[in-house]
Amino acid sequence: MAFGNAVYNALFRRTSTFALTAVLGGVVFERWYSSWSDSMWERINRGKLWKDIAHNYEEADE
Amino acid sequence: MRSVEVAEVKGLKKMAANWQRAANGLRAGYRWFTGGQSLRVTGSRGKAGRSPMFYGAVAAAGVVAGYSVVSVAAAEAELHPPKYAWSHKGLLSALDHQSIRRGYLVYKEVCSACHSMQYISFRNLVGVSHTENEARVLAEEYEYPGDNDEEGNPTTRQGKISDAFPNPYPNDEAAKFANNGALPPDLSLVVLGREGEDDYIFSILTGYFDPPEGVEVREGMAYNPYFPGGVIAMPQQLFLDSVEYEDGTPATVSQMAKDVTTFLRWASEPYHDDRKRIGFKVIMVTSVLALVAFYWKRRVWSVLKSRKIVYYSKGS
Repeated sequence: MAFGNAVYNALFRRTSTFALTAVLGGVVFERWYSSWSDSMWERINRGKLWKDIAHNYEEADE
Repeated sequence: MRSVEVAEVKGLKKMAANWQRAANGLRAGYRWFTGGQSLRVTGSRGKAGRSPMFYGAVAAAGVVAGYSVVSVAAAEAELHPPKYAWSHKGLLSALDHQSIRRGYLVYKEVCSACHSMQYISFRNLVGVSHTENEARVLAEEYEYPGDNDEEGNPTTRQGKISDAFPNPYPNDEAAKFANNGALPPDLSLVVLGREGEDDYIFSILTGYFDPPEGVEVREGMAYNPYFPGGVIAMPQQLFLDSVEYEDGTPATVSQMAKDVTTFLRWASEPYHDDRKRIGFKVIMVTSVLALVAFYWKRRVWSVLKSRKIVYYSKGS
């Protein structure tokens, strides 16, 4: 419980740090979750998306 | 506490008795329906309340209603398309963008001779199946009505990337006049607008046969069992090598039909890929939040749910 107490005392005890933790935690989680799920989407659909075939046409463009 | 329990048990018993009565009614209805033959009924008969015949009549009405729905569907001479294994069918399956690109070629070379796509612009192709420069070049192949000149005469201008796909006919009357009186439908939303969606479009495009005995097909019409009624004003359009694919894919009829159907699915749902990608994210997060909310509700209510109110008399 030492770790739990340390977290509580450092972050959750005061409303100001609690709110800051919630906001920053939300931002960090969203960034990670978004990139994780997008990379999973691209792994599942590899070869079907525009980003997978775009290089065939963008070179000819120039 | 005790009386509440008794009331609950009574309620359950009453509910069970009602179900029992309904079941007996069904059996009685069945006997009435089959002329009172067979089906031995064991157990109790309905006692109080409505007679078993009432429930039987309800069941019989349901059966009759079911039959009438079936007969309406059977009256339409229509073959329902089989379900095909589209590569974009799964919950997390994106559209095949190489197929969209080939499908646009099929639309441009074949379909666009008669069918408009008024809700899709050339710019919509950018980042989906074409680069921006390619889309610009495609748009410039067409002419659109422009401003009037100094003498008030209408002029034409070159197409811009923001223009919608051009309509092959100036208006619906001209389209009907050129097509035996039948109006070629706009294809922008056709996949969502037809029962069977992708499967139906693919089946129509590949489903041309000689008419069977007794089916009259007038001049300029064609027989296609997947089209409601069987006789369609659009003759077969896709033949082997109707188009030449730039990526070397053999242009068979089924390949072209599959590609143009994928293209039309994209046109009907340009948000298709984002819908699935973002939908997955949202459902994952909200399902975790739902569990949290459920636990939270139980926790908050646990005080109210587990309390006990005791009444006692002051006098004794």
